[in-house]
Amino acid sequence: MTAATPPARVGPGRATWVWRRWGVALRFERRSVLVCGTLAAVVALLGVLALGTGSLRLSPAEVLSALFDPDADPRARLVVVTWRLPRLLFAVVCGAALAVSGAIFQSLTKNPLGSPDVIGFASGSYAGASVVMLLLGSADYLAVASGSLTGGTVTALLVYALAHRHGVRPFRLIIVGIAVGAFLSSLTSMLLLSVSPQQAMLVATWGAGSLNGLGFEQLRVAAVVLVVLLICAATVVRPLVQLEMGDDTAVALGVNARRARFAGTLVGVALTALVTAAVGPIAFVALAAPQIARRLTRGATTLRIAPAALTGAAVLVTADFIAQRVDLPVGVVTVCVGGVYLAWLLVRQYRGGRR
Amino acid sequence: MTTTAPPPGALTAEPEPAAPGPRPGAGPARRTRLLILLTAVGLLLVMAVLSVMVGARSLSPGTVWDALFHFDDSDEHVMVRELRVPRTVIGLVTGAALGLSGALIQAFTRNPLADPGVLGVNAGASLAVTFAVAVLGFGAASQFIWFALAGAFGLTVLVYALGSIGADRGTPVKLTLAGVAFTAVCGGLTSAMALKSTTTFDVMRFWGVGSIGGRSLDILPVALPLVGAGIALGLLSAGSLNALALGDDIARSLGTRLAVARVSVVLAVTLLAGTSVAVAGPISFVGLMVPHVVRWFVGPDQRWILPVTTVAAPAFLLAADIVGRVVLPSGELQVGLVTALVGAPVLVVLVRRRKVSSL
Repeated sequence: MTAATPPARVGPGRATWVWRRWGVALRFERRSVLVCGTLAAVVALLGVLALGTGSLRLSPAEVLSALFDPDADPRARLVVVTWRLPRLLFAVVCGAALAVSGAIFQSLTKNPLGSPDVIGFASGSYAGASVVMLLLGSADYLAVASGSLTGGTVTALLVYALAHRHGVRPFRLIIVGIAVGAFLSSLTSMLLLSVSPQQAMLVATWGAGSLNGLGFEQLRVAAVVLVVLLICAATVVRPLVQLEMGDDTAVALGVNARRARFAGTLVGVALTALVTAAVGPIAFVALAAPQIARRLTRGATTLRIAPAALTGAAVLVTADFIAQRVDLPVGVVTVCVGGVYLAWLLVRQYRGGRR
Repeated sequence: MTTTAPPPGALTAEPEPAAPGPRPGAGPARRTRLLILLTAVGLLLVMAVLSVMVGARSLSPGTVWDALFHFDDSDEHVMVRELRVPRTVIGLVTGAALGLSGALIQAFTRNPLADPGVLGVNAGASLAVTFAVAVLGFGAASQFIWFALAGAFGLTVLVYALGSIGADRGTPVKLTLAGVAFTAVCGGLTSAMALKSTTTFDVMRFWGVGSIGGRSLDILPVALPLVGAGIALGLLSAGSLNALALGDDIARSLGTRLAVARVSVVLAVTLLAGTSVAVAGPISFVGLMVPHVVRWFVGPDQRWILPVTTVAAPAFLLAADIVGRVVLPSGELQVGLVTALVGAPVLVVLVRRRKVSSL
């Protein structure tokens, strides 16, 4: 609910850097640039550490030489570039996609608890994958991925269609999404209760989301799709931020409310679909990353692509770094890491007396 | 958030009505609302009677009456006394607790996505129960109650502590975010423990859906006072919740003591939701859905929403439980599954048909 979020500092209150050349002027908020830079550095640093740890330990210097020097030890290059790098890049791609998707949905629903889950995508894809794994008895990566993609897409379309009545209102979207999501979760639970514990656990492990066993073939596709979707996201940001001020104001400013909402939903769902198909429904990044990013940049809206994407990437890379150490699906660690960090941010904010 | 469906033919510019603060006195006429309350009470009575009568072996009202008042050790009488009545009573208590706590938390946070679990109650209980199974080696549902209770209360205290650091303490948004953060951490730890051991996972997948079957009435001496206190505290908060809905400043100028109002609402939600999760496991959807539906019928006045929800929620829970017993010829569906399976379609139809009021 935007009504309860802190008032924005606008205009001259925020320090900016202006870049002018060739008749173009770009304004950057100083704090955002600094935050983004720091987050990128964190991702890079953790990435180097993650690439160096495992059954073959490498120092950061060895990792860097393996990455950039073609004449380095071929064994190190094999481990770092072929085996570990795809997983790291996948964490970056998925984290960024989830965070931007969450930012879009929180803006669309004007609700800090909003996330792609409100449109039922996660529960739909979980149900789809469970059906494939338990009823069709297939654990094949492609089969499960397409099952989850189908389940999620059908659910999202269903929710949007059911919520559509003289246009889609955020409130109705939320309620319908909750209802359909709860319905599907119950069906999935029924399935899980009817099979052996081992089978149920297999499904639950997929449901937590894991980055195991991914290679460059999948990564190439995912990265291209992400870039395309991020460009699409960049075009829907402006009208969506204006819609946060209320439909009347936004329409007066020339926004086509219905089209903007539809485009936003579409991009948000596509971003989630990308992640879910590739690695399963990783929880909480979409929920927490936009909130963390907004608190770091002290911005007025959660819908800022670069900070949100980098925060998501940082959260997921950190979580995966830990997940590999303790041998759990990354989704399990994500909620812990994201939750602790959100809690810490809240504490720090209150101490500082800011809202 | 908008309140009304736009008139047919409105093009793109759908007007957003001014922010809807609950206007006590607005909504249907007093007589209509009284009628709704009485209907809910009637429904509850019908469901309670049905819940004792219907099951794998259906009983006539006469048999039930005899079992209650002229008990004679026959199988049917024992079944009524030992299985059906406890189950119905547990359903009544948990249903009322879930419904009222949901209505309170939605009014308090002014967030339609909020459910009783938002302050961390369910997550705390699940974590404690998982810990009991995975580390301490407990295995029976009846032993989980104390762990669940401790976990639920412990985590809410933590959430409240985190949510009330700083200058303007205990505001709904901060409490919600603190709850979300702690819920996530507990959820992560719970799945981590569950996914490490098949035994734990197996116990937790059954406990985790929530059921009111197979509980004995021994827990009532503990549960009833807690729920009773929660209901009293919750219903008494109706006035201050109405005032809080107008915004903190106006509420204060109307004479509401903000800190007292907030603490009593949080305490009531914790008592109600915590007891309910301890008794029956985390039953989803009741606390989320029933307050919404009730609000659409009685309007935004909390003095009506809270009592009607307290009556309507157990009726819904018992209805779901009856469906769960009847629908499968062999065995039965846990009520935690049926609530969503039955309730979701109803909710979708209602949200599409009625002029819905947001918070």
